[in-house]
Formats: sequence, structure tokens, C-alpha cells
Amino acid sequence: MKGRVIEMDLLKQISDFLQQGDDGKVFDLTKQAIEENIAPKDILDLGLIAGMNVIGEQFRKHEIFLPDVLLAARAMYSGMDQLKPLLIKEGIPSAGKVVIGTVKGDLHDIGKNLVGIMLRGAGFEVIDLGKGVFAEQFVETAVKEQAKVIGMSALLTTTTPLMKNVTDLLRENGLNNQIKTIIGGAPVSKEFAQEIGADAYAYDAAKAVECVKQLIDLA
Amino acid sequence: MRPTVTFLNDRLIEQIISEARQILCVLGVEIHNKGVLSLLSDYGARVNMKTYHVVFTQEVIEAALKTVPGSFKLFDVMGNETHNFSKHRIHFTPGSAAINILDHRSQKIRKPSTKDYVDYVKVVSQLENIASQSTALIPDDVHEGFSDSYRLFLSLLYCEKPVVTGTFKAESFTVMKDFQVAVRGTDKALVEKPLSIFSCCPTSPLKWSDVTSQNVVDCAKYSIPVEFISMPLSGFVAPVTLVGTLIQHTAETLSGIIISQLTNPGAPILYGGSPAIFDIRYETTPMGAVETMMVDCAYNEIGKSLGIPTQAYISLSDAKQLDAQAGIESGIGAVLAALSGINNISGPGMLDFESCQSLGKLVLDNEICGMVFRLIEGIEPKEDFPALPIFQELLKEGHLLISKHTRTYLKDEHFFPGPVINRSNRARWEDEGSLTLEDRAVNEVEKLLDNYRPSELTDNIKRELVSLMEREAQRYGQNNLPERPE
Ligand code: B12
Repeated sequence: MKGRVIEMDLLKQISDFLQQGDDGKVFDLTKQAIEENIAPKDILDLGLIAGMNVIGEQFRKHEIFLPDVLLAARAMYSGMDQLKPLLIKEGIPSAGKVVIGTVKGDLHDIGKNLVGIMLRGAGFEVIDLGKGVFAEQFVETAVKEQAKVIGMSALLTTTTPLMKNVTDLLRENGLNNQIKTIIGGAPVSKEFAQEIGADAYAYDAAKAVECVKQLIDLA
Repeated sequence: MRPTVTFLNDRLIEQIISEARQILCVLGVEIHNKGVLSLLSDYGARVNMKTYHVVFTQEVIEAALKTVPGSFKLFDVMGNETHNFSKHRIHFTPGSAAINILDHRSQKIRKPSTKDYVDYVKVVSQLENIASQSTALIPDDVHEGFSDSYRLFLSLLYCEKPVVTGTFKAESFTVMKDFQVAVRGTDKALVEKPLSIFSCCPTSPLKWSDVTSQNVVDCAKYSIPVEFISMPLSGFVAPVTLVGTLIQHTAETLSGIIISQLTNPGAPILYGGSPAIFDIRYETTPMGAVETMMVDCAYNEIGKSLGIPTQAYISLSDAKQLDAQAGIESGIGAVLAALSGINNISGPGMLDFESCQSLGKLVLDNEICGMVFRLIEGIEPKEDFPALPIFQELLKEGHLLISKHTRTYLKDEHFFPGPVINRSNRARWEDEGSLTLEDRAVNEVEKLLDNYRPSELTDNIKRELVSLMEREAQRYGQNNLPERPE
């Protein structure tokens, strides 16, 4: 019982320091927790993810801003990098893989990059195909990597049709139940997502995280 | 005396330019275009073809700066001079390339069609304080492969004013150049009388894409004017300080100038941009932020110090509708831009982070621009000294409403905006229907649409434009263009 209390105390400290964006402390405490034989899954869920959840919630409520989230995410990764080999060894799956990219013909990638950063911060594994990405590339990568979600970005009116090529391709290959799609960027909308048969639309990075979580539960 | 505003002193300008040049000579830039890289290498820049990386020398920068024209002019489709980009002369142009239109009748935001584009052009053709058109909307009812060139086609067909435009992909350049040659008659005539300006964007930080660097080269070859649109976002992909942002903007713009001037020494350019701060709360790039406007005015001073005419995306708003925020942000921007002497001021009509054009806002902004033109005329003595005679007349007559002095100077001294800006007293305003600003703007738009008179471009040239456009459309498998309004 006493051991459990100390353990909880340590995990809470990890969560607290993570919220403060102190990557040095999170690194040391995660190391300590591993040495004290606390289950990696507990360190992840009750330490790192618990801290990121608080951050995510505060961000959603506009109590903190993007840089605070990025600092926290960096702290999370200082712990996560140590945990990852252990989690893999124990066969514990990651939160899920997401393939993202800016569609072909479009070189706007600032928004997509932000979404990628925030998804990583929320514990997802992100495969970023960069910009100028072809429909086939999105689908092939998702299949190869067993990703559950494809996230597409477009900032030009003229490049949005490519998004439909991706949703069509998934449907034609019977993949639309296991691979979900989410889109974003100034010229697209919820209505456009519905029109092309994409599963979700998000107007910013925080919303993107929320939607991807829901999609992963569905996929 | 013309009123002015300045943000930088000479020493700071010098420091900023010197740091920017050092960045170009130490860190260099990435240019994803082999043709451009080999050109630069021929002139002595250090190029790595594998990493698309180029490091400049002070000599290359100097050579490019030497050949930049200190001024140039634009001419309308009929060949009349409309713009003189020199000294502190200012010209307004509508904010360009919006994704959406704010429908003036329904007040709803939606994707624009050919009809919307033509309506927009009809309105702009009659706005006296807005000297050029811009290709301000992307019609949604044609194949996306040619919707960039289609805008220029419609503009040249319906309105005589010169056009601020740009391509979305390198292939579109040819037909967009051909349209202009068709209007002027020959390549040479187009060089002598430029008809358009192309916006070309580096990618912050310190990068050029294949498409946009190719645009710079293509325009330079035909001496088509280019405005460089560097877009550092302070605190995100640029330093958070305004000085740091200016250093980056200077480096990126200089790199564009080098590409242009080494391709064709003397090719006309505007030292432009669309920098913004990054609002970390909303993940947005506010064009109406006061810091954004300060950076615009400041890089204009840097451009001027290099002897180059300037451009900026200023006098636009991030409001989502025609509300007080739209007026405040556009008004402050227009005033600052004019006081700074930014030569080409891109903004009127634009809302929502450069993504929504509004005809209602355009007619309001036209009046704001009118006030601004009056503002920069400043306060000058006319027949004011000696003062005794006019006061003797005033005391004798009891008023000066029909005095010769008043009749001579009224029009120059006072600018009367309206009908969007309303100056009637309350009772009259109520009697005339208590119209809101939005109502008045809508009425004005409708009136202009009714009053539109077609461009006087000859039918032959119009037919040639149509056949060029049809051929381009066919390349994308579209055999019929949408029906065009009268
Ligand atoms: C910065 C910018 C650029 C930079 C891009 C740098 C880069 N590395 O990305 C540069 C200068 C290079 C550039 C170039 C051009 N641009 Co530009 N650009 C912009 C600008 C001002 C801001 C975009 C931005 O970064 N915003 C900040 C980020 C954080 O927001 P965001 O991108 O919207 O992303 C958020 C959400 O949308 C969402 N999201 C985005 N992606 C995704 C993906 C997923 C999966 C999810 C869930 C969510 C999501 O979350 C993000 C985070 O909050 C916009 C204006 C605007 N209103 O968007 C014009 C704009 C998009 N550009 C425009 C144009 C025309 C161009 C050019 C064609 C100009 C030219 N003639 O050369 C070229 C593009 C050439 C090409 N083939 O792509 C037009 C588009 C017009 C249209 N109707 O299509 C706009 C609207 C401006 C304008 N009116 O002219 N541009």
C-alpha cells in the first residue's frame, strides 16, 4: 500500500513537471520510475498522458496557449523516448498512427505542421509526408504503416479536389472502415468534408486532436 | 506639407540590411528550382544542387541591387497611364485571391462563381480611389487547373484597370502572358506599357519553391512587374521581435530581387510583402494587428532606402463581416500605409485573414481611401495670407458659402465621403429609412452594378482573349466556359 502511494506521488510529479514544461525533470523522474520498476504502462498513463490531458483541456479552454502545449509536449517526449522500447517489448500499442500531409499542388504546410506537432504531443505517432502529396501516397503509406487515420491539409481552393481522390480511393479499395480521414485548411469546411465523404473536419490543431481521438476509437 | 510617419531611423535600417545580407552570405536560402540555381551559380553564388541550397556573396547582392529600377508605371488596357510607382505616390488595389465571397445580398459566406467575379470587376471598374483591379476571387465553376488564369481573363474582358495577379502553378504563366500580349499587340508593347503585376512569394523561412521562383524568372524574362510577397510570421516561422521579422523579410526579399535582376537586369519590381504576427491564442495570422501594420510600414522604409518602390498587404481586416472591426482595422491600415508612402496598397474589400472578399466592404473602403488621399495632401496655405480680406468678407456677408474663395477651394480642401459613410443628421437618417452601414453598402453595390459600362477594349481583342481562354480550358478537358454576364 505504502509503495503504491510513493509510486502515485512520483507519477503525479511527472505529470506536474510535464505541465510546467520541465523536460529535464520529466526525463529524470521517468528514469527513476523505470528503475523503481513501476509498470511502463502506468508511467505512461498516470504520468505522461495524465499531464498532457490536463494541458489539452486547458488549451481547449484558452487558458494556456500553443507554446505552453509545445513545451509540455517536449517534456512528454523526454519521458516517452525512454518508455517506448519498454512498451513495445510488452506489446502495448501506441495511441495510434496518423499519416498527414499537404495535398499535391499546394505548398502551404504551416497549418499541417502545427497539427502534426499537436498530434505528437497528444501521444499519436505521426507520419508526415510533407507537402505536394499524391492521393496514392496517402493511401499506400497508411496501409503500409497500419495507420488508422489520414489527415489532409489544403490552403488553395484549387487543390481541395485531391482530398476527394483519397476518400474515393479508400472506398474503392474497401479501406474506409479501417482508415478514417480528417481534413483541414482555410478553403475546406464541415460541409465539404461531408460532400467528399471524409470522416471529419477540424478548424485548428486542438480540435484536430479531439477529432482524431474520436476517429481512432471508431477505426 | 505632406504628413508622414516613420518607424526606423537610418542607423537601424542600415543594421537590418547589413544583418540580412550577412544571412544571405552565411546561411543562404533554399531554392527548389534547378534552373534558378544554375543561373545563380553562373553569377558566382555557391550552389549545392543536391540540397537546393545557395549561399550568396556581397558582390551578387550588390550587382542585383544596382539594376533595380527606382520607379515604373502601369497602363490600363486602353494604354492610358494609371500608376506611377515612384517616391511616395500611393495607389490602392483590392486584397487579392480570396477563397470566399461575402454575398452582399444574403450576408452569407460562400465560394465565388464566374458571376461573382464579374460583379466584383464591374464594381471595381467604377471605384475612383482604387486604381487597379486584383484577381481577387477564385471562381468555383471552372476546372481548378485554370482557375488562376481564368481570373485574369475575366478581368481583362470586363474592366480597363490594370491588374494585380499571380499564378497558382508555373504552367499558368504562358496563357496569362499571352492574354496581356493580346491586349497590347506585341511583346515589345507589353514591355513598354506594363498591364499587370504578379505576386511572387518566398516561403518563410528563407526558401523558394519551384513554382514561385519560376514565376519570378518568367515575369523577369518578359519584363512583367513582380511584387515580392515575403510572409514571415513573427514568433512562429520568424523571430518574435519586429526587428528580427524585418531582418528575415529583408533577406527573403533581397533573394527574390537577385533572382529577378540576374534573369533580366532592370526588370520592374515592387519591394512588397505580407508579413504578420502569429496569434498564438488562435493559431492565426492577423493582418489587422497593429504590429503587422508596423512591420509593413517599416519594410517600406527599408525598400525606399534601397531606392525601390514598395507594396504591402495592409488596409484589410480579419473581421468575418462588415462590422466595426472591419472598419477600424482597414482604416488604421490605410492611414498608416498612406502616411508611410507605400506605393501599392493591397487590401480593400478583404476580410478574414485574406480569405474573404466583400463587395460591400470594397465600396466602404473606397471611401476610406478617398479620405486617406485627402489626408496626405496635408495642410497647405492657399489664398490664406493676408487673412484680413476673407474675414472682412465673412463679417460683412455673415457667411462664406458662396464666396469666390470657397468656390475655388472647396473641392480641394474638403473630401465628401458617402453614401456608405453617412453624415446626415439623425432625423434625416431616420426619415431615409434608418439604413445601417451594411444596407447603405449593399445599395451602393447594386447601384454600381446597374451603372456598369463595358470596357472599351475592341471586340477583336475580346474575341482573341476568349479563344486563348477556351484553348487553355480545353487542355484541362473543359470544352465550354461558364456563361458570362453581359
Ligand atoms: C502563410 C501563407 C503563405 C505562405 C505559406 C508558407 C508555408 N510554409 O506554408 C507562402 C508565402 C509560401 C504562400 C504562398 C502562396 N499562397 Co498563401 N497564404 C498564406 C496565409 C497568409 C496564411 C496560411 C497560414 O499558414 N496560416 C496559419 C496556419 C496556422 O493556419 P492554417 O494554415 O489555416 O491551418 C490551421 C487550420 O486550417 C487547420 N488545418 C490546416 N491543415 C490541416 C490539416 C488537418 C488534417 C486538420 C485536421 C486541420 C488542419 O489547423 C491549422 C492550425 O490551426 C493564407 C491566408 C489564409 N487565410 O489562410 C494565404 C493563402 C492561403 N495563400 C494564397 C495564395 C494565392 C498563395 C499563392 C498561390 C500565391 C502566389 N501567387 O504565389 C502561393 C501558393 C503556391 C502553391 N502552389 O501552393 C491564398 C489562397 C487563395 C485561394 N483562393 O486558394 C490565401 C488565402 C491568401 C490570399 N488571399 O491570397 N502563402
